[in-house]
Amino acid sequence: MMAGIMRHIVSVRGIVIVALLLYLLFLPYYASAFYINVFTRILIWAIAGISLNLILGYGGMISFGHAAYLGVAAYTVLAFAEQGIYLGWVQWPVAIILAGVVSAFIGTLCLRTRGLHFIMITLAFTQMLFFFFRSLDRFRGDDGLRIKKRSEFDFGWFELDLMDRLTFYYLVFAILLVALLFVFRLVNSRFGAVLRGSMSNDVRMQAIGVSTYGYRLTAFVIAGMMCGVAGLLMANMERFVSPAVLSWTVSGDLIFIVVLGGSGRLFGPVFGALVFFLLIEFLGDITIHWQLIMGPFLVLVVLFARTGIDGALNGLDHKLRVRFGRGQSGDEEMSS
Amino acid sequence: MTSPALQSDALLAARKLDVRFGGVVAADQLDIDVYPGEIHAVIGPNGAGKTTMINLLSGQIKPDNGKIVFDGAEISRLSPARRSQRGIARSFQITSIFKEMSALANIAMAVQAQDGHSFRFWRPVGADDKLLGPAQAILEQFGLGERAEILAGNLAHGEQRQLEIAMALATQPRLLLLDEPMAGMGSQDSARMVEILASLKDNYAMLLVEHDMDAVFALADRITVLVYGRAIATGSPAEIRDDKNVRDAYLGEDGAN
Repeated sequence: MMAGIMRHIVSVRGIVIVALLLYLLFLPYYASAFYINVFTRILIWAIAGISLNLILGYGGMISFGHAAYLGVAAYTVLAFAEQGIYLGWVQWPVAIILAGVVSAFIGTLCLRTRGLHFIMITLAFTQMLFFFFRSLDRFRGDDGLRIKKRSEFDFGWFELDLMDRLTFYYLVFAILLVALLFVFRLVNSRFGAVLRGSMSNDVRMQAIGVSTYGYRLTAFVIAGMMCGVAGLLMANMERFVSPAVLSWTVSGDLIFIVVLGGSGRLFGPVFGALVFFLLIEFLGDITIHWQLIMGPFLVLVVLFARTGIDGALNGLDHKLRVRFGRGQSGDEEMSS
Repeated sequence: MTSPALQSDALLAARKLDVRFGGVVAADQLDIDVYPGEIHAVIGPNGAGKTTMINLLSGQIKPDNGKIVFDGAEISRLSPARRSQRGIARSFQITSIFKEMSALANIAMAVQAQDGHSFRFWRPVGADDKLLGPAQAILEQFGLGERAEILAGNLAHGEQRQLEIAMALATQPRLLLLDEPMAGMGSQDSARMVEILASLKDNYAMLLVEHDMDAVFALADRITVLVYGRAIATGSPAEIRDDKNVRDAYLGEDGAN
């Protein structure tokens, strides 16, 4: 067990991951306020990406409507704020539960379809929600509304001040780590085995006596609730919510983050979100037509790096191990 | 041909199954029985409806008419998963395994399927001896013990076919539905598969669809000949070999096949 863990860490991929986590941990020591905000935003997107990865990468459910749960949770926070309720203990659980309820409803219907139909019907539901929120005059439709202050957590003996940039950053970072641990345990559990099995070969799953619908739906709802966490963090981060949060392009970006980082790979969405947004930052500095470069880049990744960044690092390690005589015969773990 | 009455000692009995795909009749008043401890082989020319029959019995296809009784209970409308839970396991003509998982993980999945619901979210399956122990034992029974950690998709063709049967056994079935287990195999692998199936005969009833006549005549206790979705003859291997209708319809006029 320990040897296995050591083998994972002493590898290019392991070193990159540890270095990345350390970099994020000590970020405030070298990053300006502006970049702390940039990274907070990126980590929130990474959490959303991790939630999508659970169903897309491990369950083969290509949801093109994952922004719905960002939106539901973000609007829940906004709705409470409009009522003058900023208590985190109220806002957060309700936001997460509502994201779960909406994902249960959408999942129940969509999971009866597969492939392209599933992609289109998840998109359709999210578009419905998009137009629903756009039509709400109460929240100023298209323009969206500002939120006066972030959620309040008062423990009596100690108050968590999310308006403080560093506190909020570390909270998001901690939630990211919890999300990673949670998904890691989940996909390697019996539940995760069924999920991966249904992606690999659903007919075979049925033939060994497992009806996968309930498991896939459960995963879909868990992913929806996790994405709700990202949504409520997003509302807190921007202190502004508009229908743009559940635009179809957001769902598309989330898919791209997962694919870029490596779908079905635990750290994939973290790599994906980092590279995606840093690239936008970087290209945006060079030209306002950054999408002209981003577009072909996405196509190249999909064509030539099908396992994404994490998969490429893993492949590199594999080559190194073969070269230095510690080669294994292609039996890499699927879900680590 | 009138259908024989449903006999209570048959493990599986199907009566008057009809299936049409558009204008094509894939099963036509089809009757089939499998008794405990027997290997019942089904042969027939391409397009005779052999795979359709397996799909009907395992639940991938629902019959337009007719009924299927397994172990005394009607299962005609049950899903494939439910039928598997009742003890009907199957293999597919085109190998159906989890290619991205190790051989051991494939069997462990089948063991897990047999071990109650899988709404268990925290403990890793990779360290679950309740799954890995039996899975490893089954692999060893098939001579695949050394190959446990290899990705199933990287196993040799013959090994993949064996793995699929091993998975079927891991669900602790009472009836095995085997759809051309020797398909695409060389003579050595075929011989190995015949050996494996013969060794399983005491413990499992089998319905065997197979083109390899040597294998069929070596293994089968009874043979049914299927033509255009209809069973034209059922009997012992010797009876089938001598049946004139069978020779005309299938084995070739000179019986040299």
